[in-house]
Amino acid sequence: MTLSAPPAVRLDGVTKTFGAVQAVRGIDLTIAPGEVVAFLGPNGAGKTTTIDLLLGLSSATTGTVEVFGSSPRDAVAHGRVAAVMQSGGLLKDFTIRETVELVGSLFRPARPAGEVLERAGLVDVADRLVGKASGGQQQRLRFALALIPDPDLLILDEPTTGMDVQGRRDFWNAIRDDATRGRTTLFATHYLEEADAYADRIVMVNHGRVVADGTASEVKAMAVGRTVRATWPGADTRALAAIEGVDAVDVRGDRVIVHAVDSDHVVRHLLTRTPAHDLEITTRNLEEAFVALTTDVPATEGALA
Amino acid sequence: MTITTPDAQVRRVPARGGFSPTILRLELRRLLRNRRAVIFTLVVPSLFFLLFGTDQEYRTEQAGHGNLTAWIMVSMAVYGAMIATTSGGAMVATERAVGWSRQLRLTPLHPVAYVLVKAVVAMAMGAVAIVVVFVVGHLVGAELSTGRLLACGVLAWVCSLVFAAFGLFMGYLLPSENVMQVLGPALAVLSLAGGLFVPLSEFSGTFADVARLTPAYGVGELARAPFGDGGDLVLATLNVVVWAAIFVAGAAWRMSRDTARV
Repeated sequence: MTLSAPPAVRLDGVTKTFGAVQAVRGIDLTIAPGEVVAFLGPNGAGKTTTIDLLLGLSSATTGTVEVFGSSPRDAVAHGRVAAVMQSGGLLKDFTIRETVELVGSLFRPARPAGEVLERAGLVDVADRLVGKASGGQQQRLRFALALIPDPDLLILDEPTTGMDVQGRRDFWNAIRDDATRGRTTLFATHYLEEADAYADRIVMVNHGRVVADGTASEVKAMAVGRTVRATWPGADTRALAAIEGVDAVDVRGDRVIVHAVDSDHVVRHLLTRTPAHDLEITTRNLEEAFVALTTDVPATEGALA
Repeated sequence: MTITTPDAQVRRVPARGGFSPTILRLELRRLLRNRRAVIFTLVVPSLFFLLFGTDQEYRTEQAGHGNLTAWIMVSMAVYGAMIATTSGGAMVATERAVGWSRQLRLTPLHPVAYVLVKAVVAMAMGAVAIVVVFVVGHLVGAELSTGRLLACGVLAWVCSLVFAAFGLFMGYLLPSENVMQVLGPALAVLSLAGGLFVPLSEFSGTFADVARLTPAYGVGELARAPFGDGGDLVLATLNVVVWAAIFVAGAAWRMSRDTARV
């Protein structure tokens, strides 16, 4: 990487406080130009707050936020960063084409309305009023608006909500297509399979902090260990949690579910000292890694429920 | 890996903060698509005028340099301009409620350019509202010389800036999609108090004194000044200036809070 090119995103010790609520508690994150990054985390983890900071919709309480080496507002005004939000933001009594024309009139340079409508798959419904368009078409329109400045960084907050399977596939193909030509992309999602399939890098946040950062396989490995399931009515979860290497214990009906770095300890304990039976040992997939990394306190009963 | 950030040099921000004929054209077209706004702006004032201003008696009664029908016509034109400019300004309430303002904050559009667009659209609708009432008035026997008629129209239009500012202020103050359902009746009350429906001389002393302090009074008096039939023009001018200052300050205050980075 050349040293002269500033990173697409640089967050340095960023915090954001709303009254007594600390939404972001110190995030450091650097994204290089051209990366496709998935931003994962449970609701309230600070994803949307962080995105608002990157777009200059709010300002950090402490720390530095930079987009291509300049302030987020400046990057927005120059069309270097654009975003697709998950809902709202459209006027019902404009047509789809008029909405694109209006936003297009603001950017220098701007992609032509016809091209943008074509890329978002909206040519056939361009003269429909936004209020009469389906949820999926409205989401495509938000995508179209984000394409107008031909941004160097595209931020997507739950971008495929409301899209059907075909729409979702078209959407991701378009995103991948642009990424290969060097567009940096950061997307927040709760579809773990989307993160696994389309991101070069996964950044997991929880309670306003980054808890994991790496490729999908690195993140899976970060939540090392295995899951042990056993039938044990009235399981002694306290004793299980006390075993070395156990990071979560959950009870669902008669089944007890234990996440542990060293599953052998757990299995030996279960088989030799308890009436537990029907044991099952599995490795974690991305979803379980997600749960493990974002589960609050180890060994809390029902924490995963 | 060497990634040259594509054409960072040629990226610019738009001239005049994004204020352009394109955005005005699109906004006007959108406003005309709102059937309720069009009916209340362009039809109701004329309807009121036809109901209350066209008695045979009124057509023959003098009011300064014109007849009473013309006098009532100008009052109704002011009422129409008030509705038009207020609803134009109040469009910001809807746009904030549905999140369009947030979408616009992801563009280079400057907040001042945005407000300017709203004001121009509001004033354009105000002009149309005045012209419609004047045309109807001309057809049913309003009598006033063309020069004075023109003066009345321009005065009514310029003074209705007060209500464009009022609409903006309310638009930022009330976060509702249907803000005109509140403002419509409020404008009717202000029009009554301002002497647009009934001359203030018909009211008792105290009520009339208080009414002269309300915002529609000054606009109405100034718009009818070319009739030359008296009226306290100093008080009316003061009324317009003070209310304009209050509403512009209010709108600016709310706007700055709205665009502040939280």
